[in-house]
Amino acid sequence: MTRDALLTVANLSMRFGGVVAIDDVSFTAYGREITAIIGPNGAGKTTVFNCLTGFYRPSAGRLALTRDGKSLRLERLKGHRIVRDAGVVRTFQNVRLFAGMTVLENLVVAQHAVLTRASYYNFGGLLGLKSHRGSERAAVARAREWLDRIELTARADEPAGNLPYGAQRRLEIARAMCTGPRLLCLDEPAAGLNPRESADLARFLVSIRDRFGIGILLIEHDMSVVMGISDHIIVLNYGQKIADGAAAEIRHDPTVIAAYLGEEESA
Amino acid sequence: MSAAQRLKDAALTALVAFALAFPLLGFQTTETGNGYFTRFSWVAIATGAAFVGRMLLDLVPQRFHLHQYAVRYTALPEGRAVTLAAAALILFAIVLPFSPFGSRRTIDLATLALIYVILGWGLNVVVGLAGLLDLGYVAFYAVGAYSFALATEWYGLSFWEMLPIAGMIAATAGILLGLPVLRLRGDYLAIVTLGFGEIVRIVLNNWSAVTNGPNGIGDIPRPTVFGMPISPGAPTGVTTFNHVFGIEYDPLQRLIWLYYVCLAAALVINWFSLRIRRLPVGRAWEALREDEIACRALGLNPHTIKLTAFATGAMIGGFAGAIFAAKQGFISPESFNFQESATVLSIVVLGGMGSQLGVALAAVILATLPEFGRELAQYRMLFFGAAMVAIMIWRPRGLFTMRAPSVRLNQK
Repeated sequence: MTRDALLTVANLSMRFGGVVAIDDVSFTAYGREITAIIGPNGAGKTTVFNCLTGFYRPSAGRLALTRDGKSLRLERLKGHRIVRDAGVVRTFQNVRLFAGMTVLENLVVAQHAVLTRASYYNFGGLLGLKSHRGSERAAVARAREWLDRIELTARADEPAGNLPYGAQRRLEIARAMCTGPRLLCLDEPAAGLNPRESADLARFLVSIRDRFGIGILLIEHDMSVVMGISDHIIVLNYGQKIADGAAAEIRHDPTVIAAYLGEEESA
Repeated sequence: MSAAQRLKDAALTALVAFALAFPLLGFQTTETGNGYFTRFSWVAIATGAAFVGRMLLDLVPQRFHLHQYAVRYTALPEGRAVTLAAAALILFAIVLPFSPFGSRRTIDLATLALIYVILGWGLNVVVGLAGLLDLGYVAFYAVGAYSFALATEWYGLSFWEMLPIAGMIAATAGILLGLPVLRLRGDYLAIVTLGFGEIVRIVLNNWSAVTNGPNGIGDIPRPTVFGMPISPGAPTGVTTFNHVFGIEYDPLQRLIWLYYVCLAAALVINWFSLRIRRLPVGRAWEALREDEIACRALGLNPHTIKLTAFATGAMIGGFAGAIFAAKQGFISPESFNFQESATVLSIVVLGGMGSQLGVALAAVILATLPEFGRELAQYRMLFFGAAMVAIMIWRPRGLFTMRAPSVRLNQK
């Protein structure tokens, strides 16, 4: 299978006043692949995500996403446009569900753009037009598929905030997938999960990659997940890229080991 | 609780009572002399009463405390029970003017209550659904009322022609308020909206050339019965309702008609609110209330969502304003002070944010409570405050707290 570059990050830098959070980082993420970004705390991993998804405006660099043969510059798009036009969607380190709304509603809200168009910007929905009802049914059907996949169908009508933590994490991923993305950015999806849940999550991510053929960008500290499923790993330390390669290469890379375990001071 | 703790607790309560009583009870203004006299004995009595009262309250065993009876989460009776209750309420509202309760005073009061119901549902969109704390909601009420009053004065437009236009003008005002506050949330938003409410009132008060200032605008026409005015005699060329139906004119008829107009408007707005909650925009409002950052991350544009919420809430406020102007026949800036915003906000909070039925009940309670309390004369506000405190103790999250999902997977 040929690798097609989905996201090309070139010379990305992000400075906050005098602090350089990301310093001239370049990497490529491919479609139908899981790309992991790892690195010690404070290495700038989440900052990369925030730049990609429009929460921060990068100080310098290009973020180019290829969609249907066209290249979109993410740093020039508005936050909500990044999802709609480029198909880049993210989850959060601390789960951000719509806690008071039901599990099903969380998944339907994610399909807002499609539903809004089908309901003629809600006016058609107000009049009960057929196109609105049809799109609503389709949205629920799509949500239903994802509920089956994450095994939450039975709890569909419960408030999302009532779910156990592991289920909330799965729901957040399913909600992101309901936007129909090309690139799914997951910020520490295994944080707070027990080993069995982590293993389930890893299988779930692989199945998403294989079934939908999308690219997954993954920030994760759980090395059993990262090493097990990543096609490609990027290592950041102090805002700089120190390694980039397949899991086997990264595992034995001396600079990576030094960054994680600390370097022996030369006498 | 030990005796020392009880003493400390009571002393603290007494201190608060003293701080309140000293300026409030300690000085009484008079028309003569130097303008006031002092009555510090009252302060002493109040402080002492607070001290003793708190001591006694602390002696009451824990198991008699009110708080434990607080109902934090109540399941709303589902399905048929709610439909039946709502149908019964609507039926009651329809027959009210012809029931034994249908006196002039009750119909007038019921109309006022309905206006508050409409206002409550309008603000519920902004505060209850979208989670945007708006302390200046009265501004849109004023915009609706004044645009109707001025349009009749300048262009001779009737109530029915002006009702939708008043709503639209108010919605435009909502967008105008929304634009500068798009980036604000929570406390900051509350302060700006509070300021907006005051600005509108002050403009109405001072722009005498247009609004006639504090003197207000009078002679606002009443709503006609499909073009036929209700009046004893008519100018040439106009057929009156009384003439067509051969009914003897009675001033009460106008009141009853206005009541029905108000009831119909409330029912339409209820249908509208229930419907819009299930549309994409309604769900987006609730998502915005739950988590704005997650909204952005899912491709929802928070700016559009906020503007639609402000515009929809303002439009409903504008309708209520036009109806209010038609009911009173006279409006002045005094009717649109901060007190009104606070009342409507209390209705939404008391009713249970986001709950249609709860807001309606709270509106009826808050609109009629001061009237029922009239016999209590100067203790009316005390009674009103106590009632609010009691409701908040027993139902801290509002009368109805259960949220009905906008879409269900497993139909019941």
